Amino acid sequence: MNSSRFANTAFGVLAWIVALLIFFPILWLLLTAFKTEQQAFTVTPTFWFTPTIESFKTALAQGSGYWHYAWNSALTAVASTVIGLALAVPAAYAMAFYPNKRTDFLLVWMVSTKFIPAVGVLIPIFLVYKTVGLLDHALGLTLLFTAMNLPIIVWMVYSYFRDIPKDIVEAADIDGASIMQTLFKVVLPLALPGLASTGLLALILAWNESFWSITMTDHRAATLAVYIASFKSAEGLFWAKMSAASVLAIAPIIVLGWFTQRQMVRGLTFGAVK
Amino acid sequence: MAIVELKNVAKQYGSSGNNAVDNFNLVTRDGEFVVLVGPSGCGKSTTMRMIAGLERNTEGEILIGGRDVSQVPPKERDIAMVFQSYALYPHMSVAENMAFSLKLKKRPAEEIKAKVDEAAKTLGIEHLLERKPRELSGGQRQRVALGRAIVRSPQVFLMDEPLSNLDAKLRVDMRAEIVKLHKRLKVTTFYVTHDQVEAMTMGERIVVMKDGEIQQIDTPINLYEYPANRFVAGFIGNPSMNFLRGTLADGVVGGEGYRLTLDAAHQAAVASHHGDIWVGIRPEHLRLADGDEPNNGLEGTVEVVETLGAVTMVQLAVGETTITAQLPGHRQIAIGDSLSLACDSDKLHLFDVDSDRAIGREPAAASSTAAEA
Repeated sequence: MNSSRFANTAFGVLAWIVALLIFFPILWLLLTAFKTEQQAFTVTPTFWFTPTIESFKTALAQGSGYWHYAWNSALTAVASTVIGLALAVPAAYAMAFYPNKRTDFLLVWMVSTKFIPAVGVLIPIFLVYKTVGLLDHALGLTLLFTAMNLPIIVWMVYSYFRDIPKDIVEAADIDGASIMQTLFKVVLPLALPGLASTGLLALILAWNESFWSITMTDHRAATLAVYIASFKSAEGLFWAKMSAASVLAIAPIIVLGWFTQRQMVRGLTFGAVK
Repeated sequence: MAIVELKNVAKQYGSSGNNAVDNFNLVTRDGEFVVLVGPSGCGKSTTMRMIAGLERNTEGEILIGGRDVSQVPPKERDIAMVFQSYALYPHMSVAENMAFSLKLKKRPAEEIKAKVDEAAKTLGIEHLLERKPRELSGGQRQRVALGRAIVRSPQVFLMDEPLSNLDAKLRVDMRAEIVKLHKRLKVTTFYVTHDQVEAMTMGERIVVMKDGEIQQIDTPINLYEYPANRFVAGFIGNPSMNFLRGTLADGVVGGEGYRLTLDAAHQAAVASHHGDIWVGIRPEHLRLADGDEPNNGLEGTVEVVETLGAVTMVQLAVGETTITAQLPGHRQIAIGDSLSLACDSDKLHLFDVDSDRAIGREPAAASSTAAEA
């Protein structure tokens, strides 16, 4: 075995170890979801047990409100993604094709807003929301998710637009296209893989968001994050039921991610190789 | 078809004070093929982009067909442009690419199809209409880009280095095709290139630019025969003109390793001129001296010999300067040989050492330079 083959094998093994480490919590979550509360709570972890779907029954039982929370999650995630893309596309278009000397600063500034811990702006936003009646409101949560994801969406859409040669936009201009026609007939079709993966990422981020969901909602607009948290009650932790609820909460997004992984990878590496 | 007029056109980026294009004046004839040529950064592409409306001129006026279009957006200028990168729409088929502008104008479907078919036939790309740009070769993409321009029947064609992405042979073929197309369509055309051979073979008139300024506007042959200054003399012609520093006295110009007698026209022109001067000699105007030409010869030592078959290129050191001579046929010349060369006096070019401007020779037809334009 020569040294390069040895290095390849070593890196392969390392990659598998890292992948398993990342996957382990999900595996453990899945196993716990199929255990009884007693099995889930034992000090010695067990991999071999008789699976039960009791926890899922409880989690989906009438009164648990799973579908109510799932609907709120879907509504706020989809709405915030659509609004985010609708705002980001014109912004990214202007910055990609008509940049000025402040464009770079503007982009860095937008992304730098993500460096601020959410808790730092919690009080002012809470007070504003309380005043305008957006607490525990789907619209309020949608706006928060949009604001939260907008810098990332703008940045990603901008980088996809930057991969489109400016000559093509200028050719459309000379051919007689208006800005909207250039956008819809030329630029967006070319950036579609990138837009799709950006949309998926925004959807996942909004779906998985828990800080704002738990803080700004009670029941009416509460999402699956609140639903999972509700299994941590005053009477104690219900590990098996909480795991089952978590599996139900992440299932839609994992299924979506699985079916769109090719699109995601294509979008995330879009333009890397001409 | 239209006359294009540029009056004192200038372009300044930011507030740097340096003009990318300065004081550009030109009036085309209707249906003329004008080539803008010059080295990188000379402002030729900026000038074309200003005509297209992709850049706004900061000074002056641009008139197309008598209408001032300086403040008019590109789509209302009735122009078509062929880009260096072709700039085809990758997600559209060839037919859709060519039909795009007509669809935007909401022309009837039959008319669009007829025009696309006609253009495709002209360019020999009928069999490619359903293909996507990625399925085409460079030459085919170039034809589609031309087709997209001609279906619109614009008043002006703008071509920004359209052949520079093609290989050498295809470039020569496409060059001829574009000239033929222009002869057929008779649409006023601006063609930007940095390749002086392309400029010489295609242009009816050539605008030579440097540092944002016009150096000379003239026909290809006049640029070759009567360059207005040392830059044009060195830029036009392949291989480039040789320049030797010398001193002028009594109708003879000479320096280390050479003495050349001026003809009558030059002598009259330089009557008031004494002292240092630049002498320009094109490599193809040098020949082996026959030994009977007093005061007309260059002596040098051969440094490089390139045998190309039809001609032999010789580089030799004349004093401190290395010059190139293009001698006909295959010559038995070796590196290190001493060589005596001669040049006919009417083929000499003289340039002022301070201004670099040409002295003496005047074209038969009227020539225009930046100062006169």
